[in-house]
Amino acid sequence: MTSKPSIVADTEYQPSAVPFWRDPDKRAIVFQVVALLLVAFVSYYLFSNTQANLERQSIATGFGFLGKEAGFEIGESLIAYSAADRYVDALLVGALNTIKVSFIGIVFTIVLGTLVGIARLSSNWLVAKLAGSYIELMQNIPVLLQLFFWYAIFYESFPSPRQALNPFAGVFLCNRGLIFAVPETHAAHATMGWAFAAALVIGWGLHRWGNRRQARTGQIFPSIRVSMALCIFLPFLVWVFAGTPTAMDVPELQGFNFKGGVTVSPEFSALLLGLVFYTAAFVAEIVRAGIQSVGRGQVEAAMAIGLLPGQVLHLVILPQALRVIIPPLTSQMLNLTKNSSLAIAIGYADFVAVTNTTINQTGQAIEGVALIMLVYLFFSLSMSLFMNWYNKKMALVER
Amino acid sequence: MKLNRVTALVAILSLLAAGIAFAGKDLDAVKKKGFIQAGVNGGVFGFGMPDEKGVWKGLDVDTARAVAAAVFGDASKIKYVPLTAQQRFTALQSGEIDLLTRNATRTLSRDTQLGLNFVTVNYYDGQGFLVPKKLGITSAKELGGATVCVLPGTTTEQNAADFFRTNKMDWKPVVIESTSELAKTFFAGRCDVLTSDASQLAGTRAIAPNPKDYVILPEIISKEPLAPAVRHGDDQWRDIVDFSVLAMINAEELGITSENVDEMLKSSDPTVQRFLGVIEGNGSALGLDEKWAYNIIKQVGNYGEVFERNVGVNTTLGLERGLNALWTNGGLMYSPPFK
Repeated sequence: MTSKPSIVADTEYQPSAVPFWRDPDKRAIVFQVVALLLVAFVSYYLFSNTQANLERQSIATGFGFLGKEAGFEIGESLIAYSAADRYVDALLVGALNTIKVSFIGIVFTIVLGTLVGIARLSSNWLVAKLAGSYIELMQNIPVLLQLFFWYAIFYESFPSPRQALNPFAGVFLCNRGLIFAVPETHAAHATMGWAFAAALVIGWGLHRWGNRRQARTGQIFPSIRVSMALCIFLPFLVWVFAGTPTAMDVPELQGFNFKGGVTVSPEFSALLLGLVFYTAAFVAEIVRAGIQSVGRGQVEAAMAIGLLPGQVLHLVILPQALRVIIPPLTSQMLNLTKNSSLAIAIGYADFVAVTNTTINQTGQAIEGVALIMLVYLFFSLSMSLFMNWYNKKMALVER
Repeated sequence: MKLNRVTALVAILSLLAAGIAFAGKDLDAVKKKGFIQAGVNGGVFGFGMPDEKGVWKGLDVDTARAVAAAVFGDASKIKYVPLTAQQRFTALQSGEIDLLTRNATRTLSRDTQLGLNFVTVNYYDGQGFLVPKKLGITSAKELGGATVCVLPGTTTEQNAADFFRTNKMDWKPVVIESTSELAKTFFAGRCDVLTSDASQLAGTRAIAPNPKDYVILPEIISKEPLAPAVRHGDDQWRDIVDFSVLAMINAEELGITSENVDEMLKSSDPTVQRFLGVIEGNGSALGLDEKWAYNIIKQVGNYGEVFERNVGVNTTLGLERGLNALWTNGGLMYSPPFK
């Protein structure tokens, strides 16, 4: 059953010697060897030419600069960092900032994109048209412009810290960002975190047990609701046992800026809003396509056998729609992560911004750009690895 | 047939390799092109910025024009490449530009690790702070806790970090790559302070919605000798750029201006005669036309003229000569003998 074209089989004619350029198999090998040689030659040429040029201009090479003192400050950081730390610490701060904005951005994008995608299919004319115009508008304005727009809104329209808006006690909004009170650090907080994690594990166990029991006896166990209650109740219990610590770290205006509390900077907010609103428009279309790919008969059949609307969504529509949704959704998540490098335009200290400064101070452009490529490759590959695993899990199981 | 194509490709690639290897001579490349590609700022008034008619103006622009006048006898043979602070050195290293005249501070690490050669300083600057008057601040020592607007990839960024660290003050940088975007952000109040070289602060204040609302604090926290730069590898090119700057300084010292340069050709002073190429020697030593210095002064002017025209007291910037006066007037501008 091989699919080789066999003209010979018809005629039973075998030529004595086929020249190699007439034999597709041999020809293919020759082409591949030539292509490989060309690639090798070009890479060797680029590498040696770069080496020679760097040497001629006596530009330092290597990654030794990573251990030197960075000497520049970074606006926001998830870890302790000062100008006295090394370049490698500065780069780590940048990478964490990229992860922060990408992760939060992806979560918000999926939520917003799903809502808009469903709204697009709504039978309510106004809702459907609103969602449609949102998608058209956001998809067709370059994301960089959108970033400038959001950033300008923050610094142009919000007042200075001394006239900060104070909508609720402990929450301030000004052109330095959103500043709000948080509970003062207390030993109980770590334990509460563990309690929350424990609740998640128990919830997962309950869900599995509930499913098995349902398969055996047909009885339904409300595992989702019980898990949610556990997630709230367990940390709360720890908090009560720790003596209900209620001290708050309230931001206060001191000199130029607010001290205390947590600050969400305008740069971060503008980048997050820009990326989320832009990418969500694409996700909405993906979600819509996914839902529409499930045949109408499926829904009607599900309702005919008496499933509730929630069950129809959960058991019939979603499992089939997700197969269509996941692959393009993955590529949108990767897009968002890569687009976050536009941060440099509005002053958010992401990995590219920090690396650029490092390149400029040390002159190690090739090493710096190589690091940027490596880090983004790592982000992208690990994300698509995870999504491929999830996709396989969701894929149609053929029996 | 196939083989022929491969051979042709290999031949083309080796030609390319050869071409790049020979391009090491920056001067030859410039002469062959017929113009100089100069990296300039593009957004700093008085140093490098196109005017409303699109004509490039500024102290750094005039420095580049002086080099073109020396090499081609025509100050207009330049293509300007506006660069951000972050792009400038890479652009020079990679050969995208032949000459960098973009208010770059000469430092040890830039001169060595970046593979650059800085030549004679064309503006002695220092870093200062620009604040809105309504903050009521009179000294940089009162800036504890401030949010500071700063350009990335500059010595300014590091100096600010050092200054706040030395004075044990907290601060938060807002780092934006584009000079104009940074100024806009500062005027809108995103930062309390804008820090940069004092000359740039004067330029930024000049384009503020209301310049009188802003004040430059008295502290100058660093030395910023701004100098043109070339890449390593062509000493003759470096000499030409260096002496083009020096020629402007020397002319001011000799009292030669763009207006009297033709009369000065008749001067009996051998120093002037040597400088203007009446007595030959300097031109051939640099590999240029003997009239090179004459062309610079005739077409661009001496350093004093260039300074006053672009940034001096009668311009919007209104900067005093200060450190940039001739050594004979208590400044730092000093040229070696032209012989």
